[in-house]
Amino acid sequence: MAKKTKTTANTATTFSKETYLQWFEMMYRIRRFEEQAFMVYQVQRKIRGFLHLCIGQEAIYAGMMSACRPDDAWITAYRQHGTALAKGISPRAAMAELFGKYTGNVKGKGGSMHYFDASLRYYGGHGIVGGQIGLGAGIALADQYQGKDSVTLCLFGDGAARQGMLHEAYNMAMTWKLPVIYICENNKYAMGTSVERTSNVQDIYKLGLGYEMPSYQVDGMNPEAVHEAIAKAAQHAREGKGPTFLEINTYRYKGHSMSDPSKYRTKDEEKAYKEQDPIMVVERKLLSLGMEQTALDALREQINAEIADSIDFADKSPLPPATELYTDNYTQADYPFIMD
Amino acid sequence: MSRKIRLREALREAMSEEMRRDPNVLIMGEEVALYNGAYKVSQGMLEEFGAKRVIDTPIAELGFTAIGVGAATAGLRPIIEFMTWNFAVLAFDQIVNHAAKIYSMSAGQINCPIVFRGPTGAAGQLGQQHSQTFESWMANVPGLKVVSTVNPYDAKGLLKTAIRDNDPVCFMESEVCYSDEGEVPTDEYLIPLGVADVKRQGTDVTLVSFNKMVKVCLSAADELAKMGISAEVVDLRSIRPLDHETVIKSVKKTNRLVVVDESWPFAGVSAEVCYRVQKYAFDYLDAPITRVNGADTSVPFSSTLVDAWMPNPEKVIKAVKAVMYR
Repeated sequence: MAKKTKTTANTATTFSKETYLQWFEMMYRIRRFEEQAFMVYQVQRKIRGFLHLCIGQEAIYAGMMSACRPDDAWITAYRQHGTALAKGISPRAAMAELFGKYTGNVKGKGGSMHYFDASLRYYGGHGIVGGQIGLGAGIALADQYQGKDSVTLCLFGDGAARQGMLHEAYNMAMTWKLPVIYICENNKYAMGTSVERTSNVQDIYKLGLGYEMPSYQVDGMNPEAVHEAIAKAAQHAREGKGPTFLEINTYRYKGHSMSDPSKYRTKDEEKAYKEQDPIMVVERKLLSLGMEQTALDALREQINAEIADSIDFADKSPLPPATELYTDNYTQADYPFIMD
Repeated sequence: MSRKIRLREALREAMSEEMRRDPNVLIMGEEVALYNGAYKVSQGMLEEFGAKRVIDTPIAELGFTAIGVGAATAGLRPIIEFMTWNFAVLAFDQIVNHAAKIYSMSAGQINCPIVFRGPTGAAGQLGQQHSQTFESWMANVPGLKVVSTVNPYDAKGLLKTAIRDNDPVCFMESEVCYSDEGEVPTDEYLIPLGVADVKRQGTDVTLVSFNKMVKVCLSAADELAKMGISAEVVDLRSIRPLDHETVIKSVKKTNRLVVVDESWPFAGVSAEVCYRVQKYAFDYLDAPITRVNGADTSVPFSSTLVDAWMPNPEKVIKAVKAVMYR
């Protein structure tokens, strides 16, 4: 029977120093990528359009990365740079995509919101709030149909949890026991509207209980908790027992997109979350496990150089030629577009 | 060899043959399995293919369409049956924002081979919410293909092609034509998308149409023949891509055109046909193009109002007389 279990920092699993180091490295890579993308947008103005940053939410992607197999499919919404990097899209391909360059992971056709990588089973990158909740169930259905034991991780925000799609997809995912893990990244705000202002039901995990879906709240500032919850859900799905819903509580340090001064929340609230910053917490853990501060600083410098290189690469890359307008609309090579 | 079968049987044969051919083809929708289809199109398919491949869904068009689209991006070839395209409106987000765009958003990495099918158009006294056509809505969207037909031969050949197509295809039928009979070969055949068909040869005027309005045009052509007017009837069959070359060729022969389209007139298929004909056959026209559409209103219930709303042979004959200056 579905029930709530509050996962805390005191996880049952013991993680190795190598795992903490992997988490630290990935979280710092995502953090640096996002901070630098912000700078390029605001200062150099070389990134245009929407840019939804995930700074503060990195522990979710780190925990997903370590708890999953490469053949597991991931699909998410438009706040997705961190998810994509954790799945394996390179900083160069990701940054070039933000620049709209031909060397981006989707040739400059998707931009910030629409990263895809079929070889990594990274299914996007979707801009219609909640649309991917059903798509994720469909990817899981395809895997189940073809007898694979991979699982689909389907992410969405607290805003998307209020879409009707959630209920339709949850109902069918449970009825058909689809191997999908639903992850609500609850960062407290649907754009500028707080969770409290969008529903009478403020504990989002409870929305799964109406379908008897195993549903849990997870501390999203903590990769250990995220890893443990996802590993358990993945095993459940691989055993043919169907979906799990994880409400992962997190916080985005930046605004919704680039034009958002975040006036709807307090500085105290931001401070409280930054005091439990996942990179800082994991760094302290690594030091307690005997890592040298100088080694971590060197790793930071290495990642800083990697991200600087990605910006340089993006900057120097070509824009897509105008002829690309007519490619990738149809698989049919000779599709007769209306040209007049 | 051929034999007469009904439209619903032609559609069923297309789906069943493709499901036998490719294990990744499946059908899902409301009442498709145990109930044997709301209009019996999928009758017997559950028995042959089992519940894994003939899937009854809850009444949740948005959700089951999304699951179909997601499955299509991950290696399956789903057929999504809508009990009527009117209900597909609930799923337009998935068709328009997702299925149509995933290939472009992923820069060609992930395609979406899926067929969305079901009846469209007014079907008697069904009221405002069950009487709409959707060809022009869907055909407006790059990334989608649109087929609309009620001819059993065309329906079978086109649906088989649609199922094999690697792009998303919207396939539109008509619930009042599922019992229509037509000659259908026993041997396998395919009909390419984007190719119109001349259903009746003529010399004086071209009637361009699709779906059940082709029947209206053929009836009108019979009456016109008695008046000494020879009408050519072009069945578009595919709406996107649209085969305007067959239309242009006919207009260059007849010099007069009436477009008969059950859809509302505003920015619809008839408007697109008119644009292309004035563009490519301007000097061949002996009269302004005329069109016969459903009225620019919702479709009410009462029979007199439905009759007033619908295109019919009398309205087509009147339009033909106008372009013939008779």
